[in-house]
Amino acid sequence: MQNSVSIRDLSLNFGSVKVLEHLDLEIAQGEFIVLLGPSGCGKSTLLNCIAGLLDISDGQIFIGGRNVTWLEPKARGIGMVFQSYALYPQMTVERNLSFGLRVAGMKKDEIERRVQRAAEILQIGPLLQRKPANLSGGQRQRVAIGRALVRDVDVFLFDEPLSNLDAKLRSDLRVEIKRLHQRLKNTMIYVTHDQIEALTLADRIAVMKNGVIQQLADPHTIYNRPVNLYVAGFIGSPQMNMFQGTLSGSTFTTDDGIAIPVGTYAFDTPATGAIKAVLGVRPEHIVLGDEAANMPFQIDAEIEIVEPMGSDTLAWTKIGGQAVTFRCDSDVVIETGQKVRLGFDTARGSIFNAETTNRL
Amino acid sequence: MSQTSVLTGVTPPQTAAQVEARGARPKPFFTPRKIIIYSILVMFSLYYLFPLYVMFTTSLKSMPEIRFGNIFALPQAPNFDAWVRAWTSACTGLTCQGLAPGFWNSVKITIPSTIVSIFIAAVNGYALINWRFKGSEIFFAVLIFGSFIPYQVFLYPMVMITRELGIFGTLQAVIIVHTVFGMPILTLLFRNYFASLPQELFKAARVDGAGFWRIFFEIMLPMSLPIFVVALILQITGIWNDFLFGVVFAGTQNYPMTVQLNNIVNSAQGTPEYNVNMAATVLTGLVPLAVYFISGKWFVRGVAAGAVKG
Repeated sequence: MQNSVSIRDLSLNFGSVKVLEHLDLEIAQGEFIVLLGPSGCGKSTLLNCIAGLLDISDGQIFIGGRNVTWLEPKARGIGMVFQSYALYPQMTVERNLSFGLRVAGMKKDEIERRVQRAAEILQIGPLLQRKPANLSGGQRQRVAIGRALVRDVDVFLFDEPLSNLDAKLRSDLRVEIKRLHQRLKNTMIYVTHDQIEALTLADRIAVMKNGVIQQLADPHTIYNRPVNLYVAGFIGSPQMNMFQGTLSGSTFTTDDGIAIPVGTYAFDTPATGAIKAVLGVRPEHIVLGDEAANMPFQIDAEIEIVEPMGSDTLAWTKIGGQAVTFRCDSDVVIETGQKVRLGFDTARGSIFNAETTNRL
Repeated sequence: MSQTSVLTGVTPPQTAAQVEARGARPKPFFTPRKIIIYSILVMFSLYYLFPLYVMFTTSLKSMPEIRFGNIFALPQAPNFDAWVRAWTSACTGLTCQGLAPGFWNSVKITIPSTIVSIFIAAVNGYALINWRFKGSEIFFAVLIFGSFIPYQVFLYPMVMITRELGIFGTLQAVIIVHTVFGMPILTLLFRNYFASLPQELFKAARVDGAGFWRIFFEIMLPMSLPIFVVALILQITGIWNDFLFGVVFAGTQNYPMTVQLNNIVNSAQGTPEYNVNMAATVLTGLVPLAVYFISGKWFVRGVAAGAVKG
């Protein structure tokens, strides 16, 4: 099947600053891709390049099999939703929605039909005659999505669309965007720095850093099998616990001298000899008490801080000199100062080469 | 204590100092701070209003009354004779038609200069921010540098240019000169205003397929009313009050009001008619004054711009 969006060897320089370098990305028809990274990683820049709002320095962009590298934004078959909504303040919602269609010189009844359809899908019918200033943040962002919707495009581009909303609205609209994608089945490219949005929405996530895609994979793989230390550290809250140490055969020895068996770990690239390595274990993969008894690695530790989160409880402790967080059920009673038995299986952990930072 | 008062229904007497603080804090008007602030404000406004008072009262007096010498006195028999003379028959050099022709010359100069300069500057500012081209930053820097060079330096070159163009001593010449000299400050004004509007609006309009002029007229202009008012005030008052360019470029036929006012006030023949001079001066200042009064609210809003939310 033909790819919906195809980015080939894309580079972008601002003067001598290289923002994007030789970037390749193939996006399938109907796929929901999330570009995830911290601010300044080039994810919004990449989106602007795809939209045609930034001129690229090198490479090609194909949308729907068409080379759009030199085309104007309007000719690329894209709709875009911005973080600040970017609604035209002096126009009513209806005229905001229809602006692009009026520019294109579309017939009145066709415009009417499309606006009505978008209003129905997004449930903004009653708001059509209002000005953006009289809308709430959530309503504004819905209108902004509607503006992309009426253009009947193949590809939707979202530039941090939920970042200006408060937490509750954000999770509501997140579900709505997912529902919209399931209904429309358009290709969607979504930029965010929020890993929850990325993990919940994406078919595939592209984790970016310094203009380079670190890992492109489905959310489960990104979370459970990060390709390098950067991805492992960026995804997950609280952060993955990282033990510095040495890997030799099927034993990982921390710098504090604690030996951890890694016989159950599935290596991508088996290491030879003794090498400096980092062992990463997610907080929810460390278990407590009776459960720990079945684990290949067990150790006693003293609880330092307890953070009840409602749905579960986070606890802070130390293994050797290393600060460690683990997650347990909120019904488990643990207190500060309590001595507990902890255990984990490195089969669910990640081991990285300390020098190359890549997954082993 | 309070319990007993509830029980007995008798409230113990309380002095003001004993009242427990509750609710909005009292804001007494006559505090030393306020008295000082207001007396300084009143003093300064009197300082500025007094000359206006003298001008206005003098213009309503007759010459004998003025010669009497008491310039602060109210007019004994106020009349508008001096105003009529200033408008219709005061001598401005060789002709004695009053300020009226000068007024209409100023109108003919101010309206086109204001409209043309503001329009070009608005397009300039919009293009400099949203349609960056190679060298746009340098172009802007040069333009801004232009606003720091004193007018006198340009005067003679401009005279030569307008002479070569064959328009020296005409309305076109003075209009072009005003437009050119208004450009740096106005472009700066519009550029900074457009820079304060969210970039994403412009991007959204481009994705919607709108081009240079459509975005300018349909998206940017409707959001720019405050800054247009600021530019209007700057240009109308600046051009109306201009003397130098008027006297150099307009030619005797087209002298603006300021030049003719100068000719009235500085005419060497006979005794100076102070009442006519005063009336002529007030008449000349009326237009900028009216502009400020009408648009003061908008002016403040424009200066405090950037508060335009999407």
